[in-house]
Amino acid sequence: MSAGEALIHARGLTKRFGDLTAVDGIDFDVQRGEAFGFLGPNGAGKSSTMRMIGCVSPVTDGTLHVLGLDPARDGPQIRGRIGVVPQLDTLDNELTVRENLLIYGRYFGLSRRESRERADSLLEFVQLAERATDTVEPLSGGMKRRLTIARSLVNDPELMLLDEPTTGLDPQARHAVWDRLFRLKRQGVTLVLTTHYMDEAEQLCDRLVIMDRGKIAEEGSPLELIRRLSTREVVELRFPGDVPEVTPDVFDGRVARIEPLPDRLLLYTDDGDALVPRAHERLKPSSVLVRRSTLEDVFLRLTGRTLVD
Amino acid sequence: METRAEHLVPGTGQLWSYPLRAYEYWLRSYRRTWRGSVISSLVNPVLYLTALGVGLGSVMKRNGNALGVPYVDYVAPGMLGATCMQIASFESAYPIMAAIRWTRQFHAMLATPLRIRDVIVGHQLYVASRVAFVSAVYLGIIAAFGAVRSPMAIAAWPVAIILGLAFSAPVSAMAAWLQKDEGFNALFRFGVTPMFLFSGTFFPVTQLPHGFREIAYATPLWHAVDLMRHLTLGTATLWPALGHVAYLLAWFAAGMLLARRTYTNRLVT
Repeated sequence: MSAGEALIHARGLTKRFGDLTAVDGIDFDVQRGEAFGFLGPNGAGKSSTMRMIGCVSPVTDGTLHVLGLDPARDGPQIRGRIGVVPQLDTLDNELTVRENLLIYGRYFGLSRRESRERADSLLEFVQLAERATDTVEPLSGGMKRRLTIARSLVNDPELMLLDEPTTGLDPQARHAVWDRLFRLKRQGVTLVLTTHYMDEAEQLCDRLVIMDRGKIAEEGSPLELIRRLSTREVVELRFPGDVPEVTPDVFDGRVARIEPLPDRLLLYTDDGDALVPRAHERLKPSSVLVRRSTLEDVFLRLTGRTLVD
Repeated sequence: METRAEHLVPGTGQLWSYPLRAYEYWLRSYRRTWRGSVISSLVNPVLYLTALGVGLGSVMKRNGNALGVPYVDYVAPGMLGATCMQIASFESAYPIMAAIRWTRQFHAMLATPLRIRDVIVGHQLYVASRVAFVSAVYLGIIAAFGAVRSPMAIAAWPVAIILGLAFSAPVSAMAAWLQKDEGFNALFRFGVTPMFLFSGTFFPVTQLPHGFREIAYATPLWHAVDLMRHLTLGTATLWPALGHVAYLLAWFAAGMLLARRTYTNRLVT
């Protein structure tokens, strides 16, 4: 692999299941050391893409190189150098926490001694050392996720694939996972993750692509995408009854765009506070909230739909 | 390229070790229940051989035994074969479905350098080990009951292992193919249990009416039991023995080919 080549390189990458096209000819590159995200709603093709990168799902069409290698030919070599946190846990609930790591280390060909050493240091890393000899079954969702992250690190991977790493976790558990991922990022591990949480994408990703219906809609850093595709601020208006129909010209050019949602109206503007009195006067909302634009707004603009229904 | 992961990069030179890595999972998993399992493999043969061999055998003796050998000598290799069949079938049914659907351990393995063939072979090695242990114990107990008439009996041990594989390969292929575990009821109800009863285990297949007799001859269990019986009685001859072994290996080979397909369809999507 030459120094300039991307860690993951995809051109026209396609995955079809019978008549269904899950991933529809996408192009992207992931550079060494970056945290790269696939943001999109369920069914956008994120997991299918991840499974192709992880060499567990054959590519239907297009080009895919991972670590400069071809998944179709070099699957075992590639998988030996990456760490995978799958969407559904694949822990053995009846084995102990430590045994799950030991056995996984052995899959990678670590010696028993290496496996034990890695297991112990990784249990420290994910703060599960006290639970080492407990079976996995009674652990909380957050602990299981941390154990899965520890397990994905036994082979000291250059690249980590995290498929919805915090879906289903409570806020505290999510922060614990994010904290570990930040540390890994600082250590220079390349992270590729999928999420349908915009805050997760904003927190963790240096660069991301927004996926919708198997295609990449936009690409950039979170900040760049927000700057390019949304306004600085958003005024959210809620109403006692139906959401009224309005056009931006009501606000004398101060509103760039209006998104009507079933329960509220979003006004995109560069100065939210300045807009509030006018909004009150003209639309009589029951509540008004001024906030910064997020990736959610970018997604809404691109697809006309919200990320999490 | 950084060097830290270099020592972990699998080279083709160690591909042979991949199935052993999967095998180790099954051993570790077995450690949870090994005590009970070892005790049953000691106690069951003693109970069965006492009840059928000694108990039923003494009744038969009084009424004139048409088999030409004491019943315990006749039934012991049959029980050995039936036991190997049951263990191999059980170990390849629910545990395989669990590894695909419930614990999803096969998905975990396939996210590492292991390949489909390693996953399959690792599990077959485990079943072969289980059967090897149980059949060795069983043969020892048969000898203790005085039902071994020839040193040829030692060859019944590898035959027992091949018998196990002749069941474990096709049953695990089926387990990967099934959508729900209810399918196993049919396997045990219409496959394993009838074979246990009618494949020459307790009485000669020649006692069956035509039609059923031919079915019994086609079962892998009959071939294994017939061969093991000739070996423990010391009446085995080379060519029929090789024929039996070839038939069992054909079941194993066909099972492996099927497993390759069903595992791939289920796990590589």
